[in-house]
Amino acid sequence: MFQITVNGQAHTVDTDPQTPLLWVLRDIVKLTGTKFGCGIGLCGACTVHVDGRAVRSCITPIVSVEASAITTIEGLSPDGKHPLQQAWIATQAPQCGYCQSGQIMQAATLLRDYPQPTDANIDAVMSGNLCRCMAYVRIRKAIKLAAASMQEAPPHA
Amino acid sequence: MPDTMHDSSPAAPASPGRRGFLIAAAGSGFTLAFLRADHSLAESKLAPAVAKQEAEPAFDPGIWFEIDRDGIVTVNIAKAEVGQHIGTALARIVAEELEADWDKVRLHYVASDAKWGQMVTAGSRSVWQDFEPLSRAGAAGRIALVEEGARLLRVPVAACTAKKGVVHGHGRSVSYGEIVRRGKLARHYTPVQLQAILLKTPQQRSLIGQGVQALDIPSKTDGSAIYGIDAQVEGMVYARPKIPPTRHGAKVVSIDDTAARKIKGYIGAAALNDPSNTVPGWVMVYADTYAAASRAAQLVQVKWRAGAAAHVSEQDILAYAARQLHDASLGARLVDDDGLEQAFKGAALTLERHYTTSTVLHFELEPVNALVQQIDGIWHVHAGNQAPSLILPVLAQALKVPESQVILHAYLLGGNMGRRLNGDYCVPAALAAQALGRPVKMICTRADDSQVDSPRSPSLQHLRLAFDGAGKVTAMQHEASAGWPAQVMFPAWLAKDKQGHPYDPSAIAGADHWYTVGAQRVRTISNDLANSSFRPGWLRATGPGWTSWAVESFMDEAAQAAKADPLDFRLSLLQGTGRNAGGAERLAHVLRRAAEKAGWGAAMPADTGLGIAATSGQERDMPTWTACVARLRVDRKTCMVQVEKLTLVIDAGLIIDPDGALAQAEGGVLLGLSMALHEGTAFFNGAVKDGNLNSYLPLRMADVPELDIEFVSSSYPPTGLGEPPVTVVAPAIGNAIFAAVAARVRHLPIRPEAVLKALDRHGAV
Repeated sequence: MFQITVNGQAHTVDTDPQTPLLWVLRDIVKLTGTKFGCGIGLCGACTVHVDGRAVRSCITPIVSVEASAITTIEGLSPDGKHPLQQAWIATQAPQCGYCQSGQIMQAATLLRDYPQPTDANIDAVMSGNLCRCMAYVRIRKAIKLAAASMQEAPPHA
Repeated sequence: MPDTMHDSSPAAPASPGRRGFLIAAAGSGFTLAFLRADHSLAESKLAPAVAKQEAEPAFDPGIWFEIDRDGIVTVNIAKAEVGQHIGTALARIVAEELEADWDKVRLHYVASDAKWGQMVTAGSRSVWQDFEPLSRAGAAGRIALVEEGARLLRVPVAACTAKKGVVHGHGRSVSYGEIVRRGKLARHYTPVQLQAILLKTPQQRSLIGQGVQALDIPSKTDGSAIYGIDAQVEGMVYARPKIPPTRHGAKVVSIDDTAARKIKGYIGAAALNDPSNTVPGWVMVYADTYAAASRAAQLVQVKWRAGAAAHVSEQDILAYAARQLHDASLGARLVDDDGLEQAFKGAALTLERHYTTSTVLHFELEPVNALVQQIDGIWHVHAGNQAPSLILPVLAQALKVPESQVILHAYLLGGNMGRRLNGDYCVPAALAAQALGRPVKMICTRADDSQVDSPRSPSLQHLRLAFDGAGKVTAMQHEASAGWPAQVMFPAWLAKDKQGHPYDPSAIAGADHWYTVGAQRVRTISNDLANSSFRPGWLRATGPGWTSWAVESFMDEAAQAAKADPLDFRLSLLQGTGRNAGGAERLAHVLRRAAEKAGWGAAMPADTGLGIAATSGQERDMPTWTACVARLRVDRKTCMVQVEKLTLVIDAGLIIDPDGALAQAEGGVLLGLSMALHEGTAFFNGAVKDGNLNSYLPLRMADVPELDIEFVSSSYPPTGLGEPPVTVVAPAIGNAIFAAVAARVRHLPIRPEAVLKALDRHGAV
């Protein structure tokens, strides 16, 4: 039995300690916004926050996150209007959309670390997130747009 | 690639002129739909009370929408959403003529049903086919709404106009919702009446050509979008397959699950019995969670007797292709002019080259998966799929039930690239559900997915060009051998040449180019060894991915042989005569414009070059005129290629959605770059070498060069955009490498080793 906190809610999970967090989120907590892509931490589609840091949930055993606060795309913003989500819509960034939960979660920590990211920052932090539709131009644009809007009106911490 | 209607009508999309149009009461509103050409409804049957059940079987496939009492317009979409926002594009065409309020337009992705006709989304054809019918459907609806609105307002029809879901007249107004509630909308338009409706001029349009937000995007930013992998039903069992060593012909010898039994939640492992022979040798490992099924699958030991492909690798397939090219009796000739041999005999100079391309994976980001549940004798398949019409008969055969007892429910598709045109992955889930008597959700891991991919076939092409004594091009021969997806998966899509020899258009499109080259021959050969070793697939453009590489690299080599500038040489062949009339001029225009924008002819820094290429994909009957100039630098020490900028000019006719078109082009161009330099694998002893991102390395954010993409302002009918920008990039890069360091590469993907080899061959400049 594992006690985990996902988007502020406590869950008790009866599973093998090595079960990847990804499958706990998708199949037990029933939050399917976090996606399965490569299973080896190299595509970023499964990115969630563990205590505010972006992690690849597909290679994160449940036993390692028991005492942590986990945030998924569903919990990034109470109303789905995080500046990144708004920027993603404004720039029409998603194509198939499958990688975008992970892209947005990764970008959220990027902006926490680099509130005004340079192209080099974006390249360095976002290159771990594969977009098969290759919507990279829009993703970069959306990150910059969100950064600008957060400069004007920082979201509540 | 062929699509829904493989009638290859040359000039325009299928006309709705033969079909009537019906507006009838249905549910809490009205349904608006075309009638089948072969079905004539008597006017007397159109009373709203009976219209629905009488008329429903007569509705024409795919073009069907509803307006409810709140004025919500729901457009049924029988196409797959693979990131091209197809639902938005089709709904927008309806909404434009309907004068709908865009905020009240909704999409409904429909489950498979015979009433939708053939359900296939491919070949960048959806907008091309449906533009005019959808426009007329929307216009017919508006006319009825204006007539009824006028009646309710007690204002002459001529004094009424519709705008954003409201009919206005003499200062008064009534909404579409109110008209639905109070009016009598039922109408029947004859084909002649429908055809007589005057559609908007480009200047009158308010949605088409404007920035409109795609309806499917918000749900893709908050985790609420539902893909096939997200489908769940009560009581389902999870499965992960054990994939046999070869795609065809493998047989299970033994299964040992001793080690798996200690996994919590493990249920069992069993071989599938597949009457459709789609997944021979597959073993399913079941558990009550996917994580448990996946872990158990690693512990289950299966012994197989492999199929013949266990001894086949990439070089064998290419060697086989080389032998095929020597046999003049093989294949089909889709272009076969008289005088070819004579021209080559009399040539003052002959240029002859071979080009090859490697196996390419789809690597669609959502690994293939399917959930199948049987309820009351109906098999419900929950899976993202591009072509229900192709897999439904196979599922019926596998399950031994009539096709009418199988329903494929629509889901979003994650990063598809054409993988889910082949619905083979639905079959094991269906067989498992049947064997267990419970709903089964099967998910392939990434490595499983790669192993059962229908990859883009490796290819070998041989090109030959004849110049006469005056330097004029007098003949061109193009021969290609590759796996044929249509032959393997859907023979109905095979075309025939003049002699009646079948061929797969998707494996050769692009070789029948628009250059005037004298006597021309294009021969295409099915690589049987590829077909029997794996399942060659359609991959975003398929054939043009290799034919454009060959044709446009060859044009550069020919220019060099003719001592001409590569742009000038191409333009000199784009004469627009004979079968190339009408198109060559448009292709020449995009070439000139791209060259101008990219600074063609300017002096370049050391080891830096510009390369140009043009394509008219996807197919000759639906050309999108595309030119690309690549600017890149080659590091002579590492032979790494740094692409600095890609300039594209695209003439796709009328652009329905400029921003969406740009998004498609951006993604397509970068995929083209990815396939040119980053992707590609090799078939090795029956399976692909690279199964996951530890060795398969698609383009990432940091690899994105500067892009300059321009669309030609045009009022020609809209053509496809998903595929054409992909295929033009690789030859532009190959040609730019030659411009930079005089090294000619003839294989895709372009690896540093190949550049190094070519540099050595040509000698350092």
